[in-house]
Amino acid sequence: MLLIVCPYCGERPEIEFSYGGEAHLVRPKDPASLGDAEWADYLYARSNPKGVHAERWRHTHGCARFFNALRDTLSDRFLATYRIGEQRPDLA
Amino acid sequence: MSANFRTAEDGRIDRSRPLGFRFDERSYQGFPGDTLASALLANGVHLVGRSFKYHRPRGILSAGADEPNALVAVRRDEARYTPNLRATQVELYQGLSAESQNRSPSLAFDIGAVNDRLSRFFPAGFYYKTFMWPRKAWERWYEPWIRAMAGLGRAPTLPDPDRYANRFAHCDVLVVGAGPAGLAAALSAAEAGARVILCDEQAEFGGSLLAESDATIEGKPAATWLAETVALLALKPRVTLLPRTTAFGYFAYNMVGLAERLTEHLAEPDPALPRERLWQVRAREVVLAAGAIERPLVFPGNDRPGVMLADATRTYLNRYGVKCGSRAVVVTAHDAAYRAALELHRAGVAIAAIADLRTAANGPLPEAARAAGLPVRPATTITGTGGRLRVTAASLAPLAAESDRRGAEPLTCDLVLMSGGFTPSVHLFSQSRGKLRFDGELAAYVPGHSVQQERSAGACRGVFGLAAALADGAAAGEAAARAAGFSAARARSFACHASGFGTGGIRSVLPNAHGAKAFVDFQNDVTADDLVLATREGFHSIEHVKRYTTTGMATDQGKTSNMNALGIVSEALGKPIPEIGLTTFRMPYTPVSFGILAGPSRDELFDPVRTTPIHDWATAHGAVFEDVGQWKRARYFPAPGEDMERAVARECRAVRQSTGIFDASTLGKIEVVGPDAVEFMNRIYVNAWSRLGAGRCRYGLVLREDGFIADDGVVGRLAENRFHVTTTTGGATRVLAQMEDYLQTEWPELEVWLTSVTEQWAVIAVQGPRSRAVLEGLVEGIDIASRAMPHMSVAEGRIRGVPTRLFRVSYTGELGFEVNVPADYGRAVWEEIFEAGQPHGITPYGTETMHVLRAEKGYIVVGQETDGTATPDDVGLTWAVGKTKPDFVGKRSLARPAMRAPGRKQLVGLLTEDPHFLLEEGAQILAAPNQKAPTKPLGHVTSSYRSATLGRTIALAMIAGGRDRMGEMLYVTTAERPVPAKVTSPVFYDPEGARLDAA
Amino acid sequence: MQRFSALSLIRHSLGGHLGWQPQWRSPEPKAEYDAVIVGAGGHGLGAAYYLAKEHGMRNIAVLEKGWLGGGNTGRNTTIIRSNYLYDESAALYDHALKLWENLSRELNYNVMFSQRGVMMLAHTVHDVQIFKRHVHANRANGVDNEWLTAEQAKEFCPPLHIGPGLRYPVLGAALQRRGGTARHDAVAWGYARAADALGVDIIQNCEVTAIRRGTAGAVEAVETSRGAIRTRKIGVSAAGNTSVVMAMAGLRMPLESYPLQALVSEPVKPMFPCVAMSNTIHAYISQSDKGELVIGAGMDAYVSYSQHGALHIPAQTLEAICELFPMFRRMRMLRNWGGIVDVTPDRSPILAKTEVAGLYVNCGWGTGGFKATPGAAHLLAWTIAKDEPHPINAPFTIERFRDGVVIDEAAAAAVSH
Repeated sequence: MLLIVCPYCGERPEIEFSYGGEAHLVRPKDPASLGDAEWADYLYARSNPKGVHAERWRHTHGCARFFNALRDTLSDRFLATYRIGEQRPDLA
Repeated sequence: MSANFRTAEDGRIDRSRPLGFRFDERSYQGFPGDTLASALLANGVHLVGRSFKYHRPRGILSAGADEPNALVAVRRDEARYTPNLRATQVELYQGLSAESQNRSPSLAFDIGAVNDRLSRFFPAGFYYKTFMWPRKAWERWYEPWIRAMAGLGRAPTLPDPDRYANRFAHCDVLVVGAGPAGLAAALSAAEAGARVILCDEQAEFGGSLLAESDATIEGKPAATWLAETVALLALKPRVTLLPRTTAFGYFAYNMVGLAERLTEHLAEPDPALPRERLWQVRAREVVLAAGAIERPLVFPGNDRPGVMLADATRTYLNRYGVKCGSRAVVVTAHDAAYRAALELHRAGVAIAAIADLRTAANGPLPEAARAAGLPVRPATTITGTGGRLRVTAASLAPLAAESDRRGAEPLTCDLVLMSGGFTPSVHLFSQSRGKLRFDGELAAYVPGHSVQQERSAGACRGVFGLAAALADGAAAGEAAARAAGFSAARARSFACHASGFGTGGIRSVLPNAHGAKAFVDFQNDVTADDLVLATREGFHSIEHVKRYTTTGMATDQGKTSNMNALGIVSEALGKPIPEIGLTTFRMPYTPVSFGILAGPSRDELFDPVRTTPIHDWATAHGAVFEDVGQWKRARYFPAPGEDMERAVARECRAVRQSTGIFDASTLGKIEVVGPDAVEFMNRIYVNAWSRLGAGRCRYGLVLREDGFIADDGVVGRLAENRFHVTTTTGGATRVLAQMEDYLQTEWPELEVWLTSVTEQWAVIAVQGPRSRAVLEGLVEGIDIASRAMPHMSVAEGRIRGVPTRLFRVSYTGELGFEVNVPADYGRAVWEEIFEAGQPHGITPYGTETMHVLRAEKGYIVVGQETDGTATPDDVGLTWAVGKTKPDFVGKRSLARPAMRAPGRKQLVGLLTEDPHFLLEEGAQILAAPNQKAPTKPLGHVTSSYRSATLGRTIALAMIAGGRDRMGEMLYVTTAERPVPAKVTSPVFYDPEGARLDAA
Repeated sequence: MQRFSALSLIRHSLGGHLGWQPQWRSPEPKAEYDAVIVGAGGHGLGAAYYLAKEHGMRNIAVLEKGWLGGGNTGRNTTIIRSNYLYDESAALYDHALKLWENLSRELNYNVMFSQRGVMMLAHTVHDVQIFKRHVHANRANGVDNEWLTAEQAKEFCPPLHIGPGLRYPVLGAALQRRGGTARHDAVAWGYARAADALGVDIIQNCEVTAIRRGTAGAVEAVETSRGAIRTRKIGVSAAGNTSVVMAMAGLRMPLESYPLQALVSEPVKPMFPCVAMSNTIHAYISQSDKGELVIGAGMDAYVSYSQHGALHIPAQTLEAICELFPMFRRMRMLRNWGGIVDVTPDRSPILAKTEVAGLYVNCGWGTGGFKATPGAAHLLAWTIAKDEPHPINAPFTIERFRDGVVIDEAAAAAVSH
């Protein structure tokens, strides 16, 4: 069970959270202007990387807030968590 | 057979209280402190089991968790029957009843042993090469035979009545293993002020100290030091001691799973006690002090009962006061076996010979053996053993003779001690995902790079010998405490005097072991030849060898066999061990019960039961409930003698003719509030909300972003900035999550607050032509006359003094209201309404009637008419979609080609030609009556009911191009032949909606 | 290829088993192949076998970064069934099931396919509706499936607890008698041996590091940890790594990779005669020939390649198992492990050409890839050889997501095992 640092509440066990999929996929402002392929790309294509993954979590059984995280999908270690709207931290 | 092999006085057993126990059909005696294994050995019993494949007689090999052979079932009663327990870990209690396994009819005479005679035909993987013809023969003959032969014990047949507990814990330093290294680590960490948990799988703390005969620590006998140290630790308030507790798994973020056994060792356990307790410990730092496991030697006949690990015989002698035999042959590649030989010799066991596989046997221990007059033979191997159910002889031969059995000299004995050296127990380290390192000097894998906050100490990292282990443990404990933020006052050190541990070891087969039954994996009957065969057949990865031969896959997971297997494969392939790779160390370290992992979950505790405020009333009125998600919902209220069909017909008539009362409290409810509430609703729902006035309601439809229907429900606008949203019972969480997701992550600029109020409101639906009449006298502050409160409106007021949100809505097609009151008043208001409705014949109805009534009206149930692949248009809800809205969740997806293509399945009604034939929900719809499978159906029946109102059956269906098929006769599958049914409008009753205002 | 039979076993027994030959070679990679399959699991090895056997392509390599059969082929719970809801899925999985029925003899390798019956339990009125829909749809599709009452389900699987007292009582079950289990490793080994015998080079410990495309965009070569290999056709069949491999060709896939856990008990004598599954309370269980209860646990919540899951996942599964089979509480978990499954948005696979010429992909089988092994292999071979899909896999394109055609088994049944 992972330990996750909620940016609002601090360190909590994984079972308090829900996973929210890849982060920084911004819903297009005007979906109607998109072609089918571009829309499908937003809806379905995922980077699914082996390594650092920017992803969303929600502290469902806590503050109920969404936030973003960087996690290494090979080790499952969290590298950073940050609030929605904040820049993705530069780990370099 | 019940000879007495108990020593006169040694050991930690309590000789003052003899315990009676049974093994198979015989009674024996042992003492508190015994394991089943030590008690059997004390009675001269070595034969305790049969092997998995060849059904060879097997004895007790070891004294601990590594035991591959001595598996028994322990039976308290049939419901408390536990198979496959290691006799070396089963603590003795008065009346213990154990039985041997995998034998028929008896342990001494096992019919399955014929496999042993035929074993040459059953090499590794033989089953992949045969049993292929004829096709059905595998399932009919071969497989049942293989299955009958396989398996070990039998499963219990009755539900386990025992309880299992679960606990989460945190600590600064978790120490796994309470041998010398672990004790020293715990002491150091505790003295530095850390909060410590110390666990050990055994009943007593001490590990190897429990079998020390002559060592002293701090000038005291080891046993005294042990007792004082444990007492000292027990007094420390920040130290938790957990004996009988196995650390079985090491998980991410320093969580370690511990299995604590609470009652298994007790003759008459307190029924209030759980049998086992799962600890999930989150530790800042972990010290692994798991010790090492002695390796067997691989030689012909090494599995005969009476062939034992050398160090195990020391444990039996020193800890349990048991001599494992009268006359022993010792074969070893490690000095440690000399210590066993010396101690057994001192206890009166004759040592026939010590065969040392090394060319020279020097060092203090061999010298001591020589000095004691023991016959030490360097450069000597063992070529075989004799005996059937117990070893009676061992053949030794000089190694130099290059050979074979010719030079072999059989020595009479009833015990063979073997030692191939020691394998550090790196299981938990490896589970922690640390990288193992092959130590060339030790010729063993030891912990290398750590990934988590842990460190190993003592034998599990290759530091052997009492003094070294104590020092290593103390250093590890101190380092762990420091890493956890505590500084030790002083580094602990222990003045220790003990006989040395010595050196040596071998990982591989002995000469002459090929072409004979020299076992590597005892339990799975894997021989050295099997491993070589696997490499011959191209299985070169150690994982392949493991899977092909099953070595290391038995219930001991290869604790005694893995290193030997690696060595043999390495030799066969001519590659050094590190190049062969290593199989994964998988959770759990030793098997853990399903019960401990399932914990207290059982029946009503399996999943929370959600009930409404009206639940008890419904129960009292005979309701039959159904599970909808976690909710219990009243399905129907049978009158005496009624079945569901008749009850539902009566309930339906009541609603259509007078009035019915229905508990709709399970509906999801969300309050959407804020200056931007209407904008938010416009974006989330397909509907347009801007022009909905306060006090009015609308049927709302939510899509997923992929355009498919996610949920629906009536939404009331309470005020300009406040919506009362309802969802389906099952969809409440999902809808709220979707709303929160968009609000928080896509549109954070919107000022909207979402609150789940599902459990704040009880919802009482009062439906039917008399519903207004029923409510009239109860409602205060709301004019419920039709003009003042038309269909699809909402008003706030009181009902018998209770604050109420009154909705005029209908899911039945009749005039109807839904009374929302604070949940605490739900039952009281329900009863008031029920009382007030008596003159009108008010009838409680359940979900089944609700379904029939809504189906008569063609109203969909999300999840029944839709299945995650339906668009609004598919189910005839295009009217709900706001045409002029630029965007809403799912809108863009609806424009994709396939979402608009002709021929999509559409919601229609179906009327069977035979008006009394009830279609099955899920039945498929065919174009012609005689279509043969395989065929592509046009669609399926989504809902099907007997309509008391219409006096016939009705059905809803999703049919390809359905709305263009009105009047067509199609064919619907049944258990027998398809039956004809006509496509109709899905609205069967009152299509004009006149009854919504009929009173 | 050395034929396997009872006779050959006896003959070799008399020779001390010294005469057995390697079941496959360990060749060095050649500079060029007519087709390269990435991933030596059952699907990839099978595809190579069918390419060689049915399409006459012999100059083929299967590249495997670890050891063959070491991915999901060797990590699953070996359930085989074809009672899927939608016509497209049922056709796909039944194609596989028919191949399973003769696979041991086809490969001359006993894969121990045992048609013990797969029973899917219904616990709610909604479940009953869904599974009856399956029964009707399957029968129309020519796939066997039948409805059992709760009592019949118990008769078919005596350890099953159907209630009362059960939190979610069993209301009935859908039974596919042709479903069952097979020995997972043997499937990989059998295909490897048969493909090798037809000249296919199986190259283990050979990780693909790049896919080279020519000026026109078509694939030209793969770079590997053992050097570059030229080829005009690449079939990617690398479950758990598909996104990573496809990214080498510049494609972003509609996939997410999740850890899926499983566990076995200690072996006991035969007592569990079938496969039982419950989608509602998340459990599936069978007993292996060796006697172990083989139990599928759930997926961890998050994308991961770690093959390590958390304890609460198997714990939840065992709660469900103990609820349905309360006598198993005293049974003990022997081993727990994880694999990585690639999941598509509609939980159905992608088995198709891609927009890159010469690049074919077989992925997205989620939790259910093992049962499809021979079918997926057969269809992937067809698609590679003919550069167009077989009618059975034609619906399983990547483009279906763009167009809004979903084959959503998961929507109808919460979990698609």
